[in-house]
Amino acid sequence: MEKIEFNYPEAKRLITKRAHVGVVGSGDMEVLLEPNSEEGAHVFITTSVNGFGDAWRSVFDRFFSKFDGAVRIYINDAGATPGSVLLRLEQAVEVIEQ
Amino acid sequence: MSASILIPDFVNRKSFIELDARARAQSLFDEGTWKELVGPFDRIESPWLAKQGIAPQFDDGCVVIKGKIGGSPAVTIAFEGAFQGGSVGEVSGAKMTAALDLATKDSKAGKPTAAILLLETGGVRLQEANLGLAAVAEIISSVLALRQHAPVITIVAGTVGCFGGMSLVAGVSSYTIMTREARLGLNGPEVIEQESGIDEFDSSDRALIWAIHGGEQRVGMGLADLLVEDDAGKIAAAVLSCVRKGVPEKHRTEQVELYRARIAALDTSSQIDPATLRQQRANTKGGVR
Amino acid sequence: MNEQVGLRGRAWFKALTGSDAPNSGDPHSVLATTAAVGNEQALFLCVVPDKGSRFPCVRDGQVGLEEAFTLAAHLRAVIAEDHDKSREAKRSIIAIVDVKSQAYGRREETAGIFFAAAASADAYASARMAGHPVISLVAGQAFSGGFLTHGYQANRILAFDDAGIVIHAMHKEAAARITRRSVAELEKLGHDIAPMSYDVQDYAKLGLLFKLLHVDDPQHPTSNEVAEVREAITEAITDARKGKLDLSNRWESDTARTMRKGTLAVRAALEEQWFNG
Repeated sequence: MEKIEFNYPEAKRLITKRAHVGVVGSGDMEVLLEPNSEEGAHVFITTSVNGFGDAWRSVFDRFFSKFDGAVRIYINDAGATPGSVLLRLEQAVEVIEQ
Repeated sequence: MSASILIPDFVNRKSFIELDARARAQSLFDEGTWKELVGPFDRIESPWLAKQGIAPQFDDGCVVIKGKIGGSPAVTIAFEGAFQGGSVGEVSGAKMTAALDLATKDSKAGKPTAAILLLETGGVRLQEANLGLAAVAEIISSVLALRQHAPVITIVAGTVGCFGGMSLVAGVSSYTIMTREARLGLNGPEVIEQESGIDEFDSSDRALIWAIHGGEQRVGMGLADLLVEDDAGKIAAAVLSCVRKGVPEKHRTEQVELYRARIAALDTSSQIDPATLRQQRANTKGGVR
Repeated sequence: MNEQVGLRGRAWFKALTGSDAPNSGDPHSVLATTAAVGNEQALFLCVVPDKGSRFPCVRDGQVGLEEAFTLAAHLRAVIAEDHDKSREAKRSIIAIVDVKSQAYGRREETAGIFFAAAASADAYASARMAGHPVISLVAGQAFSGGFLTHGYQANRILAFDDAGIVIHAMHKEAAARITRRSVAELEKLGHDIAPMSYDVQDYAKLGLLFKLLHVDDPQHPTSNEVAEVREAITEAITDARKGKLDLSNRWESDTARTMRKGTLAVRAALEEQWFNG
């Protein structure tokens, strides 16, 4: 198991809603997305699969190239593929942007 | 010609089994009356899984929702079968016990609060072994305390089923609702095959598994109460009917002599045919319900 | 070790009650009798192996259908007889526990062993909630569904402190297989993670026990040891009579406060949110 954190200080847009999607089943993950009390975005990942820090980094770089909300993102991961990670993140964004 | 004539029922039906634990629990309440307690945003996770390199879940696979059903206060506690097989850990078990205890507190204070347990679980989470087993004992105790004041309704919908220690929780419930897709038993077929051999139970024999543990059989045997289609609306209606019935005059597990006599009458010289046994039970409808 | 299952249970049942003969009408796997402890009479219950059982999957001391309903019947009888008595006058119930597991059998599943086990757990809990002190003495093994059926609903649990005592959700080999570990790995994990341990000293850290007792050889109790165990049972009875009728002592104990922080956090948060909003 590995814990990974990222910061995206440029994500400053005020967010008011929160979202929770997904389940920590095999090959899946859950994500919590909630407003950050300060500017910037923080990502906290707990994953049962070690050694994929770079893959997580590129997924989130891509995600925050389009999303600019000041949020805290918490993830529990049981081996989701980068594709599923992005899908879960998009689902969470859909909830808070409704 | 209207569309309803062309489209058969099962197309319009909203499957309950396909919903996750949270959506299942929500679907049982009167609209706009419910609130989730100690949900994922509270992030009370298992303290034991991470120490073993296993990713936890923010709600530990247990969803607690309080609200109203048919206008009456109720709490639903749902296990998520997709997380660690719906297993009972320290946190998920404590959630169920605590919610039952609070429902008892309200019920004793003159506000009868029914509990609905959605059990999709293989039983104790072996990574938390003794705290899971202790939690099951505590859940059983808290169900028994509540059911004196308000009904405790177990739903086993599928597809994980309800096995291990949690099957005792179904056993002590006031009412048990099952679908045809659900299974209920103390030991799953794989466990029996492993412990007692393939001659005792061939766990690849799907027909045998359903004949013994399946919802239709359990309801037919009188060990569960209602067989309901996998349809969220029909399951909600079944729950409502149990809430309205209230506390049964006598609970099944209190009728020891009746059931003890049935065991005494079993011929155990060879394996027991499930269909024959069900037929016998149907012919000798004992029991209060 | 499996050959030993039930021997300790039988030895202690006999030592404490003076008899180990089953009652007529009961399966030979259940021992039940009324005997003195301290200044009062108590109902003693024990499940023992019965090589001649008509249910093949209980012959090594597992708890099956007949065992569960027989225990429940004895418990229900005592509850009914003492129904009108005051809490102080209600008979104590002493469960002597040495069970390897629940029965893993097809006959049992077909006839609904989950329900039989539930009926027995209900009877034990109902006795406790009616005010009977229910004391479990773990003299050997206390596994899984066997313990849930026989003993785990007690107000107070006593256990011997030697290596032959195992209280657990599943035996080592099966737990290793299911969690995809070797038995050696599982044993090592148990040292770090108390709830996974097979050692009764670690179990004691969980806060679920009233007391650990020491005897030199649990299978052959000396008269001094029997006297000491009787005293411990009497002490547990007195403590149970003073305490609550539920199981809250298990998570409110001093040891639980360090080991069951998750339980306590959940209870506090849920109570707070239940009443606010």
